[in-house]
Amino acid sequence: MMATALQTQTVDLVARFPNSVAADARPGYSGFIVKKENLVEVATALRDEFGFDLLTAVTGVDYLAENKMEVVYHAYKTTGGPGLAFKVQVDRTDPVEVPSLINIWPGVDFQEREAWDLLGIKFTGHPDLRRILMWEGYDGHPLRKDWKEPFFEEEAKPFKSRWPDGQHTFAENKNPFRDNLNFPKDFDPEKYEVVKEDDLYASLERHSRKNEEGSLSTDHIVVNMGPHHPSTHGVLRVAVTLDGETIVGLKPVMGYLHRNHDKIGERNTYLQIIPYTDRLDYFNSMSNNFGYVTTVEKLMKIPVAERAEYIRVIMAELSRIQNHLIFIGMLMNDLGTMYTPSLYAFEERELILDIFEAVAGARMMCNYFRFGGVVRDVPESVMQKIKDLVFDRLPAKTDEMERFLNENEILVARLKGIHVLNAEDAVKYSVTGPVLRAAGVPYDLRRADPYSIYDRFDFDVAVRTNGDMMDNYLIRFDEIRQSLRILEQAIRQIPQGPINSQKPQYQVRVPAGEAYGRVESPKGELAFYVVSNGKPNPYRYHVRPASFVNLTALESMCVGMKIADFVALLAMLDIVMGELDR
Amino acid sequence: MENEKLSLPNYNIPEDLENVVAITTIDRLYNWGRRSSVWPLMFGLACCAIEMIAAQTARYDMARFGMEVMRPTPRQADMMLVSGTVTKKMLPAIIRLYNQMPEPKYVVAMGACASSGGPFKEGYNVVAGIDKFLPVDVYIPGCPPTPQALIAGLIKLQEKIDKQSIKKVRWYEKGRQDANYVPMPILGPDLIDVRRNAEIKQAAAVKEGA
Amino acid sequence: MYGKGILKGLSVTWKRFWDTYIDDIAWLVRGKKRYNTVEGVAHRSSKNTRGIFTVQYPEEKLITPEEFRYVPFLVYDEGAEGKKEVRCTSCGICAKVCPPQCIWIVRTNDPTTGRPVPVPTNFYIDMDICMNCGFCAEYCPFDAIKMDHDFDIASYDRNVYDLEKLLKPASYYAGIRPENYTREEEARKAKEAAKAAKAEASAG
Repeated sequence: MMATALQTQTVDLVARFPNSVAADARPGYSGFIVKKENLVEVATALRDEFGFDLLTAVTGVDYLAENKMEVVYHAYKTTGGPGLAFKVQVDRTDPVEVPSLINIWPGVDFQEREAWDLLGIKFTGHPDLRRILMWEGYDGHPLRKDWKEPFFEEEAKPFKSRWPDGQHTFAENKNPFRDNLNFPKDFDPEKYEVVKEDDLYASLERHSRKNEEGSLSTDHIVVNMGPHHPSTHGVLRVAVTLDGETIVGLKPVMGYLHRNHDKIGERNTYLQIIPYTDRLDYFNSMSNNFGYVTTVEKLMKIPVAERAEYIRVIMAELSRIQNHLIFIGMLMNDLGTMYTPSLYAFEERELILDIFEAVAGARMMCNYFRFGGVVRDVPESVMQKIKDLVFDRLPAKTDEMERFLNENEILVARLKGIHVLNAEDAVKYSVTGPVLRAAGVPYDLRRADPYSIYDRFDFDVAVRTNGDMMDNYLIRFDEIRQSLRILEQAIRQIPQGPINSQKPQYQVRVPAGEAYGRVESPKGELAFYVVSNGKPNPYRYHVRPASFVNLTALESMCVGMKIADFVALLAMLDIVMGELDR
Repeated sequence: MENEKLSLPNYNIPEDLENVVAITTIDRLYNWGRRSSVWPLMFGLACCAIEMIAAQTARYDMARFGMEVMRPTPRQADMMLVSGTVTKKMLPAIIRLYNQMPEPKYVVAMGACASSGGPFKEGYNVVAGIDKFLPVDVYIPGCPPTPQALIAGLIKLQEKIDKQSIKKVRWYEKGRQDANYVPMPILGPDLIDVRRNAEIKQAAAVKEGA
Repeated sequence: MYGKGILKGLSVTWKRFWDTYIDDIAWLVRGKKRYNTVEGVAHRSSKNTRGIFTVQYPEEKLITPEEFRYVPFLVYDEGAEGKKEVRCTSCGICAKVCPPQCIWIVRTNDPTTGRPVPVPTNFYIDMDICMNCGFCAEYCPFDAIKMDHDFDIASYDRNVYDLEKLLKPASYYAGIRPENYTREEEARKAKEAAKAAKAEASAG
């Protein structure tokens, strides 16, 4: 069963709210349009009456031509099944205000801040609406359609300056400031007053736990961990307030790797975006490609070649095993083992990357998937290598890693009993992926909302009940074993045949409409929201990353814990900055 | 590290004394000591950082070159391996780290993004190459450069160190007040490089529009 | 017993430690060289690898698979008297399909006929922007631009390659990608045979 476009017939929202909800009737679109004044009411009903307790994505879209800004919400049920999209449209004249849904689904926190930062949509009722990816004091809202970046050349690629009169110039020479810069008119840098980070520290102060009444009054220290820190898994900065060694307040600051993926995506053609998706979650380029290609195939309504489906599943599951091996290695590094477990894990990863290199051409940035299939077939010699790994080596090595680590007394003392998240909080904060499943909610996209051919395979959804760090760690081993199960079946069942249902072409025709495609990446739900208006490049291209939304739970997870546990808790969330900051 | 590299090539040392005696110049000795134990700063920004970490692991083993000791603190590092996209928001942190590194220090731009902004060059939050702010010694193209390519690039850095002369190195120059120090940029409406204040003011004044 | 877990873990490290020596001795006894040989590197990249996993670059190099892509290069056929027949016709597809737009092609028109010259006047690739995606090689209709295997291209300056630096002979291409080369040559010969047959049929 191919996952179809968002189905709405299960919920008759128009009948329930006849005066405030209308079905979205634009060609190629689905879902409901809700009036701004009734948004909170409708959202509460969706969560309580209809059972949509997991709100996965909040996206802003700028419809410049119709002078409207739209916010699109995608909601799902943790019991599985297709989801619901509902939108709210407001006029584009400043101030653009939409009620915040943070009291209904606290997981929308960071995503609403991102919509404010990049599109200028104010969410009334949000307790802490600051910029999240750019810095305070930045001029403008970058994703607006009338905002041009400093190195702007043309609205869409390919650029005319490259051919046939393509004399090479550096882009810096075309910009009046001789660099990737754009300042307002009559700007004087010497008279400029720097916008300090008072907002950040005031918000940290407001959200920190205070000393109890009557107890000894002590000072709290504010410590900035990162962005350059060996344990923050990339360039993430976390401002914590400490009472001795206990964390009483925490605010993450991100955007240190914001590479403008959404804006560049709007300039690229659909095919050209595929290598950029490789660089989102740079550990699993195969999963990212998978998510993007599935989304555009929904829009294009084309089938996928049979053999290619199996190859895609094989590559995605190998990617998952490789990611979990890195997770185990990096977690051990953070806990203080001086690199031996990570070296063992990386050895297995190198063998898997050899397969990617033989098939796709590169170890990490595979660029392997195309619309309708994959780009190249898997030759017999490489298939033999995959069989060797899946049937012989990887099960034995996973057993060895478990023997090596799981009963280690120091590991158990550091991980067992340290609470991460319980099921209710995890769903509230829109956490997906292994962290959600370790808390006891058996929500796995490959089973709940199957895409590609996952419904043909016999595998279990790895779930653990305690929700503590030990469970979060052990569930990765469970998932490796389930991936090996899927791989065995896929290798046995893979048919011969063509590897792409379409001919190779670099200009694809995508009809107008919207699509929301989601895959179970090893870190959680990775989803893409693409809006097309029939042109060769997308009108709006948004990535819903797993790490970004999972990080919303960090504050509630860490407040009350010791700072040494904080390092391990951050490792548990398994974040990647390429995905988080895009 | 064979003694052959340390000894001058045109002196014939008898075989049984080869591991005991070397005839060399002060320059060669100085450079040999420095190039055989370059300590990188543990500084990974993005995807290239993963290949840098992979180069440290068992298969590629940078320890053979003396570079296994990755120091997170800049005070003890010799080389800043800028691996990954340099964004405007991160740049003040990078420059502060560079200023804190003691001489002799080297900067290697690993990957397309550090060399010139890479595929993200057109982004509004991306600095078009770290060489706009720091003096880069070696550029390693690739996206990401495979660990073997990274090691090939680091060998080029070692060759560069081999050619330096103690009489001419910049940290022993007479009259230099402080080491290679880059002034901190300011994050304003866009990134302000304080060395180009006059240029920015002039360009903003003649800019068209509101 | 407290400490059993740590001992269990140490037993794994113990076994791996001795594996390094046992493998070296086993290879020595069989009379084969484990290091600095292609066979040794192949064993260390296979599923049976045990013990020392290191491939000591630059003395030993990993076996590069044929599909490996690093940076692009332009192919020329070696014609008579050493003349370089550049395959590129400056059609511009690679420049259009390149995601970060790092290819610049200068195409000129013949002053007498006014039609475009099927050889690029100049061809620039900014290697410091190239993201090694391989689209240019994938969509070139003339097999003129291909992805190279050479990764030892670090330099002390920025890397912008012009036409001279990008050109490499077809024999080099056949050396690094033999299967692709034979497949493309067969396709080209089949096409030429079909064209020749058609010309004969229409002439006769």
